[in-house]
Amino acid sequence: MTSRLFVFKTISKFAAEKLWASCMDLLPIVVVIAFFQLVVIRQPLPNFVEVAVGSLLVVVGLSLFVQGLEMALFPIGESLAQALARKGSLLWILLFSFLLGFSTTIAEPALIAIARESGEIAAKSGLISAEEAVIASYALGLRISVALSVGIAILIGTLRIIRGWPIHYLIIGGYVMVMVMTMFAPAEIIGIAYDAGGVTTSTVTVPLVAALGVGLASIIRGRNPLVDGFGLIAFASLLPMVFVMGYGILIFK
Amino acid sequence: MENNLIQFATTLLVTLRDVLPILILIVGFQLLVLRQPIPRLSRVVVGVVYVIVGLALFLVGLDMALFPLGQTMAAQLSDPQFLTGIENAAPVSSWQSYYWIYIFAALIGFATTIAEPSLMAVAIKAHEVSAGTIDKLGLRIAVAIGVAVGIALGTFRIVHGSPLYLYILAGYVIVIVQTIFAPKKIIALAYDSGGVTTSTVTVPIVAALGLGLSEAVPGRDPALDGFGLIAFASLFPIISVMAYAQQAAWSSRRRSKKGSKEDRNAV
Repeated sequence: MTSRLFVFKTISKFAAEKLWASCMDLLPIVVVIAFFQLVVIRQPLPNFVEVAVGSLLVVVGLSLFVQGLEMALFPIGESLAQALARKGSLLWILLFSFLLGFSTTIAEPALIAIARESGEIAAKSGLISAEEAVIASYALGLRISVALSVGIAILIGTLRIIRGWPIHYLIIGGYVMVMVMTMFAPAEIIGIAYDAGGVTTSTVTVPLVAALGVGLASIIRGRNPLVDGFGLIAFASLLPMVFVMGYGILIFK
Repeated sequence: MENNLIQFATTLLVTLRDVLPILILIVGFQLLVLRQPIPRLSRVVVGVVYVIVGLALFLVGLDMALFPLGQTMAAQLSDPQFLTGIENAAPVSSWQSYYWIYIFAALIGFATTIAEPSLMAVAIKAHEVSAGTIDKLGLRIAVAIGVAVGIALGTFRIVHGSPLYLYILAGYVIVIVQTIFAPKKIIALAYDSGGVTTSTVTVPIVAALGLGLSEAVPGRDPALDGFGLIAFASLFPIISVMAYAQQAAWSSRRRSKKGSKEDRNAV
């Protein structure tokens, strides 16, 4: 009886909060596009029904996804990060940071989306062969290079919090690496590489990585969680650019 | 219908593969390193099922709605007939004619950013870090303007066909110069704000907009010119957050100077 009540409560809470949040994600886009369709273009949107059904799936899917993360992964992830920080073993903390960056990036929906799109574009322009298996493996390779780089970035960022390095040296170093790689990378990879930086850190990575950073900063003496806990994410969006350009050098040359 | 079901089942399997690493990591560390049982196991299991089904639904909806929407908008707004008002007009290559695209890009950027929940969280933290000199709404507007300008400039670059790295390089130089002058406490937060502005719903639409645009404008190649909008959308907020923090620090300094002068006058 209590468990049924619990399920009912979770579901109704879910329906209210998460659906509302996902709708708010989509709403501004709907408003802008509706304005343009009605006022500027003045043409009906082609395949309107499919778009409406698809938007509904996006809203429901994203709400479920975030709700599931909050129920299952975030509480354990956060307590793990804090327990590891308290335990004080540098090796375990660093290993955990790397694996956390890698595995959350592999599950990042926006990255899945853009890697897929990039595979199709590469096939259309004849850079890779147009077989579905080739496109899929290109997209997966892209995601793995991004995930590796986010893992390494989080590892370095964690070291930064422990050692107290100033964040802007890392960022400026990252900028220099991006520009050096741009000189060597094939032109076809540069756009997607630059975009990969912005995509890596959204739904899954940010909350867990932020928990790790804030947990570490609040345990190490002399660190301010508000100042030292941040900056991990910024660094995690620079390294993917470098790694994806490296992937491009391997694949296209 | 049956086809759709098979497609959904395959998506579900692929999704399972995507979520597996993070599951292994968390469960593995909990059991092997901390040697503790998982608290509230049934709740966790239900949550994992939610994650997998939700991600699969999102990916199906993405193909049905978000990609086509971005591409349709790009195609309609860069249609020669729409641009010139003449039927069967030839494709237009002058960048001035594409102003509706720039307006659309800026509006999408502004609207999605101002409503972005993770940005609200950043704004609250910035308010705390700056001891109240940074206004929450003001910061959100600053970031939204940054994203709007960024994406609009990105679409201009696609139409114009100039190389992406020049814009990004210029942006980096601005960020580095600002880093020297901005209040130290806000720097890490400003850097992070670049990463949080592009939400999971916005990314596919903006990416599809860029790709659709590069297909429609004569002389552009999607593989070379189509990407880069998201890079703009994550670089410009860094600039606008630091600019806003500088402005806030500057005006609060001026206010306190003025205040102390008045105090003296009163004495």
